[in-house]
Amino acid sequence: MAHSYTPGLKVLKNTKILKERRLPLKGAVSTSLGNSVKPDDIIAKTDLPGNVQMVNVANQLNVDASDVKEVMVAEIGSEVVKNELIAETKGLFGFFKSSVNSPVSGTIESISDLTGQVVIREAPLPVEVDAYIEGVIDEVIEKEGVVIKSQGAFIQGIFGIGGESRGEIKILSSDRDAEISADMISTDHEGLIIVGGSFISLDAYKKALDCKVAGVVVGGFNYYDLDEVLGYTLGVAITGSEDLITSLIVTEGYGKIQMGQQTFDLLKNNSGKLASINGATQIRAGVIRPEIIIPIKSNKDDEANLDKDKTVGMTEGSTVRVIRSPNFGKIGTVKELPAELRQMESETMVRIAIIEIDGNKVEIPRSNLEVVETD
Amino acid sequence: MKLRSILATDCGSTTTKAILIEFIDGEYRLTHRGEAPTTVEAPFEDVTRGVLNATMEVEELSGRKILDGDNISTPQKGDSGVDIYISTSSAGGGLQMMVAGVVKSMTGESAERAALGAGSIVMDVLASNDGRKPHEKITRIRQLRPDMILLSGGIDGGTTKHVIELAEILAAANPQPRLGQDYKLPVIYAGNKKATSDIERTLGELTDLDVTENIRPVLEQENLKPSRDKIHDLFMEHVMQQAPGYKKLMSWTDAPIMPTPGAVGALIEMVAKKENISVVGVDIGGATTDIFSVFQDQFNRTVSANLGMSYSICNVLAEASLPNVLRWVPFDIDEKELTNRIGNKMIRPTTVPQSLEELVIEQAIAREALRLSFVQHKAFAVNLKGVQKERTISDAFEQSDSGQSLVDMMELDLIVGSGGVLSHAPRREQSAKMLIDSFLPEGITSLAVDSIFMMPQLGVMANIENKEIAEQARVAALEVFEKDCLIRLGTCIAPVGKLSGSEIPLQVNLEFKNGEKKDIEVRYGELIRIEAEYEEIKAVLTPAKGVDVGAGDGEQISTTIFGGQVGIVFDGRGRPLEIDASSSKRISNLKKWSEAMNEYPEIGK
Repeated sequence: MAHSYTPGLKVLKNTKILKERRLPLKGAVSTSLGNSVKPDDIIAKTDLPGNVQMVNVANQLNVDASDVKEVMVAEIGSEVVKNELIAETKGLFGFFKSSVNSPVSGTIESISDLTGQVVIREAPLPVEVDAYIEGVIDEVIEKEGVVIKSQGAFIQGIFGIGGESRGEIKILSSDRDAEISADMISTDHEGLIIVGGSFISLDAYKKALDCKVAGVVVGGFNYYDLDEVLGYTLGVAITGSEDLITSLIVTEGYGKIQMGQQTFDLLKNNSGKLASINGATQIRAGVIRPEIIIPIKSNKDDEANLDKDKTVGMTEGSTVRVIRSPNFGKIGTVKELPAELRQMESETMVRIAIIEIDGNKVEIPRSNLEVVETD
Repeated sequence: MKLRSILATDCGSTTTKAILIEFIDGEYRLTHRGEAPTTVEAPFEDVTRGVLNATMEVEELSGRKILDGDNISTPQKGDSGVDIYISTSSAGGGLQMMVAGVVKSMTGESAERAALGAGSIVMDVLASNDGRKPHEKITRIRQLRPDMILLSGGIDGGTTKHVIELAEILAAANPQPRLGQDYKLPVIYAGNKKATSDIERTLGELTDLDVTENIRPVLEQENLKPSRDKIHDLFMEHVMQQAPGYKKLMSWTDAPIMPTPGAVGALIEMVAKKENISVVGVDIGGATTDIFSVFQDQFNRTVSANLGMSYSICNVLAEASLPNVLRWVPFDIDEKELTNRIGNKMIRPTTVPQSLEELVIEQAIAREALRLSFVQHKAFAVNLKGVQKERTISDAFEQSDSGQSLVDMMELDLIVGSGGVLSHAPRREQSAKMLIDSFLPEGITSLAVDSIFMMPQLGVMANIENKEIAEQARVAALEVFEKDCLIRLGTCIAPVGKLSGSEIPLQVNLEFKNGEKKDIEVRYGELIRIEAEYEEIKAVLTPAKGVDVGAGDGEQISTTIFGGQVGIVFDGRGRPLEIDASSSKRISNLKKWSEAMNEYPEIGK
């Protein structure tokens, strides 16, 4: 049977989930192998080295760099507080002294006799990493973090903004074609993850922010509306560090596009359950897509089936999503994967797939199709 | 040893491409090529897997046995194996560097030029006078995590204080390398040699410090080669050692692995030197656009990091603005819908335009990406700044100073385009028109595209150091470049000056090889294309008064030009090219030019 490898977005009802949680620098792991963890549990901690301030004592006191050590009041390694005297000239008969005070609180790290610079390091910045999902510690990466194993539904979006968040799933729109409008959102949705159909307008998303909604999962959003949300024009799709109360996950793309049937149904079936979501997206080599994880109580007998890798690529019979116009957003079934190149309207010669959409057969370039991975 | 066969691969961030070059009937030719997904990331995490897969495809197509188990079999024995194997790499994000210099526009810029020339991405240029406070610089160094740092500053024997200060800032930041936490960050010092021992004292413990010749030994001279070579050495010794599978790959190759853009640059430099011409080469990718140029024997490379056709397509839109993209679109379109469409290309970067409308939009964006990258290139490819020049009384009123752009469009002889949107455009006429619209060549300029982007492999081939095979490999690289790599599109002839001032700004008399003659009158605002093969054509170009086609105002030129797959294009639209602001006039002009080029026949109908 003809076969083509086109990575798709995952929409899985019940799968094994392994989540790596790592510190940015080495530190201490505060849990151990086999422990059960909840999303808010802290699993590792470290201290990032504090910020550094440099003071050119030679320039400020008008002495040679090689003489700086002689005018220093504070020594290497000593702690100083903001505005504390750190260097002083002898002056003339004890008068007309010039001095330098520390601009910050911290520790004197070095004194250079080449340039007269003094380096003061501020207090370390503590960093904590939480578990993010409910599960069991599957692996401890010494001094760096852990891998958490869980089981549940796993859905990937195409694009998102905002970082990690969690909340109960609440279906807002009646079906996958319907939009979320501002009047559908209220303070009752604070801390929830609201799910809509085809679209959320800028006004409605702003209302979600005002109502402190934890997350929005929707088919489409307007690209040009991102400017107002982010405060800048998004030139490359690298997101996740935005400071937004409401993470947004778009499952289909920019514009008004009905949410995929499987995605909508899966979310609907999990209505009321606690989900962990992350809007972070990175579309480069090493792609990161936004995700929705809904843990379910594990049943050990099922685990063997869950270990199988389900990524098989596109074959005849695969469910695919069209990801470029014409027919953008439509879901169809692969009927044929002809080997030879075919000419498109644009005169581009490409390998195509013949797919059936709503009873009609159409030719679509394979690279404009995405396999919907379901289980 | 007679070189009979060469296997060369380029390990890109998504695809690994292999080419087989064989010596057949007295010349080197590209005979087969294969490709496979790059395997640097999970689940494989071994670059050699992709290399073997791409080579396997070459084996299947050529019927030649190249692999011996999981190894490339060298040298050739009978009809199997290959004499040498070489490779370039840009996988895992390529080589990412940070450079530092005392004065931003002097040693800072020289360091940047050396790093770019070696094929790296320059993440930031630190300088004593860059306006940032020390703690801001330190924070920036920590955030970036480069693969390598090049530190320069000061002329030999000059003041050492500033460059040592920079070293102290580096030391305070204690930068960590991007790949792996278990080795020290390589730092190259290429500054004032008087400061060397103090730099060693400051950075020797914390980093893997390497000292090389000063990049700017005197103000008037730039000495980039030692730094470029050192970057290549350290790229092999440190960075590549950390990337998955590269140790094995390095043990296979017969010459050091080069960073992909470094190899392309080396090839373009060599071609310009051999032909004694000025060249502009461009590679427009999904995320970045690289421009290489050689003018007045000086090589320059720039990387426009966020101007590309997929991953960073929205940034092209943001930087160019929507009206600038739309000025190349010969139909009306809803602007908001267009931005959503472009956004969708960014988040689904591997899609291709199926409809003609989508193709036209993509090519419009490509014009702006190329134009903006070239603007950046012109600003960077300049004479050395800070050099004092002797002036005579005749120069007294001329403001030309150091730091003038080397890029002279009238002097330019050849533009080579590569990257999907140029190399794989459904019609070559579209590639030619994109190059003309975005680079706006003046006078007589040849146009070409790289058929399958094999310039990287040819570049590393041309730079093999092993004396026994170096010359043969260089010859092979040039032969293949000439015969199989370049697709000659033709020649663009663009008069400049007061075109609107005369009825016929340019008269042209052509004589083809078969004796056929053709007279052409180029009028203002016109674009004319004539079909002509890639063969010698005698041309007499007579510009009107106030018009220049290369020899000066109103001066006639008799020369030889070449046709190609597109032919000869006469561009009477003037420079700079002004596109009418009114939508109806714009559309009518674009359609007229498109029809003349046979660019989008369906749109003209």
